[in-house]
Amino acid sequence: MEIPRHWRLKQQRYKLVGEVCPHCEAKLFPPRDICPDCGGEAKQLYTFSGRGEVYSHTTVYDAPAGFEENAPYTVALVKLEEGPLVTAQLTDLGEQDVEIGTPVEMVTRRLRTDGDERGMLVYGYKFRPRLERVNQI
Amino acid sequence: MSDQKLLKPGNPVGIVGYGAYVPRYRLPAKEVARIWTDGVGGLPVKEKAVAGIDEDVATMSIEAARNALARSDIDPDQLRAVWVGSESHPYAVKPTSTIVAEAIGAVPDVQAADWQFACKAGTEAMVAAIGFVGSGMAPYAMAIGMDIAQGKPGDALEYTAAAGGAAYLLGAAEESLAVINATYSYVTDTPDFWRRAYQKYPEHGQRFTGEPAYFAHITQAAKELMTAMGTTSDDYKYAVFHQPNAKFPQRAGKMLGFTSEQIEPGLLVPLIGNTYAGAAIIGLSAVLDIAEPGDRILLVSFGSGAGSDAFDIEITGAVDERRDRAPKTQDYIARRTEIDYATYSRYRGKLVMK
Ligand SMILES: [Zn+2]
Repeated sequence: MEIPRHWRLKQQRYKLVGEVCPHCEAKLFPPRDICPDCGGEAKQLYTFSGRGEVYSHTTVYDAPAGFEENAPYTVALVKLEEGPLVTAQLTDLGEQDVEIGTPVEMVTRRLRTDGDERGMLVYGYKFRPRLERVNQI
Repeated sequence: MSDQKLLKPGNPVGIVGYGAYVPRYRLPAKEVARIWTDGVGGLPVKEKAVAGIDEDVATMSIEAARNALARSDIDPDQLRAVWVGSESHPYAVKPTSTIVAEAIGAVPDVQAADWQFACKAGTEAMVAAIGFVGSGMAPYAMAIGMDIAQGKPGDALEYTAAAGGAAYLLGAAEESLAVINATYSYVTDTPDFWRRAYQKYPEHGQRFTGEPAYFAHITQAAKELMTAMGTTSDDYKYAVFHQPNAKFPQRAGKMLGFTSEQIEPGLLVPLIGNTYAGAAIIGLSAVLDIAEPGDRILLVSFGSGAGSDAFDIEITGAVDERRDRAPKTQDYIARRTEIDYATYSRYRGKLVMK
């Protein structure tokens, strides 16, 4: 049971809330309060756009505890538009192939159940291939 | 006085933003028939939308609500209500609406609640949101209708019970892309469909679901609204009805004097199935995607148990500039991966694992 941890992380997990450095404008995710670029203090919250592209990826067949229900699934290192690299599951792949450079967007999904079927549901970010907008007027 | 039955707010209210959501996967009705009837018999729809293994009413509502916000000019912290109508809330006790409100950035200065009235839980939330905004209590309110409908394996409902819905951000009429002129609600105690506590799948009153339930409530609600508004079917460019299958809304439309040209743009059930609390209002979102300023729309939901909410809606000039800011309903329908019954069983938790 990790209820306090789930609760504490909900902003960054639900909507990619990180930080922006007030000194050099670098965007930080996950938030760590110290800018890795200039070493200054960076505590200002910043909500990422959720857009990025696949930097690298792998398929997980032997899932860690709590994620067995989803296996096999693809995990990717996603390079966000604003710079940072984020590790996350890819979802809604259907028959779509994943390649390095595939444009993706953040969606909030059910990550797992904390414990058994009586436990709390844990939600958080995943990425999916960017939805094709075919019906623009 | 017939117009005394209308629900009309003190201050005019409209739709400031809207957003649809349909999951990626599709289960063809003929695949359900292959398993249960050897492929014999007519099919109520072509296929239905099925949610992925990591989706539920909270995650689907979050995406629709983000789309609605993208079409508005407001910040999420200006919302004073986030209301989610569904009959498939992920928790028995713990609101879906707090998860959605947190994820879209509407917390903490916000009213949050889950609504329940079978397939009209979404329009129920919309009518309440009209009151919330139209009374001056709140500048903006988000009302969502979303479902991952449950059909008992082998039951007639399994062909159609689908996943999807829409979110509506309501605010002052002058900021709106569509003004809601008035609504009218028609409700009786009618036992056409129910699910008792701790039961996994709903029961339905077989043939009882048609005449005394669906048709009586939809047509009464539509007629009362049109009488009070002084309108006829000719005054509306589009009509959208709750759509449990393809036939019911087409027949209800005909009974009320609507042509298939008026009904078709909002008739999504053949391609996505019955999305329950989402069904009527995702039909509306498909119409808002294409409607022109000045067009008038009649929307009538139906919820078992039973009741209908009827809406008289008029498109404003703001629609053209806002609708391209988020994916269209048809964009989601076009994103389609067909699955078989085995994959469906796995995605929807129908396999016994322990
Ligand atoms: Zn810095």
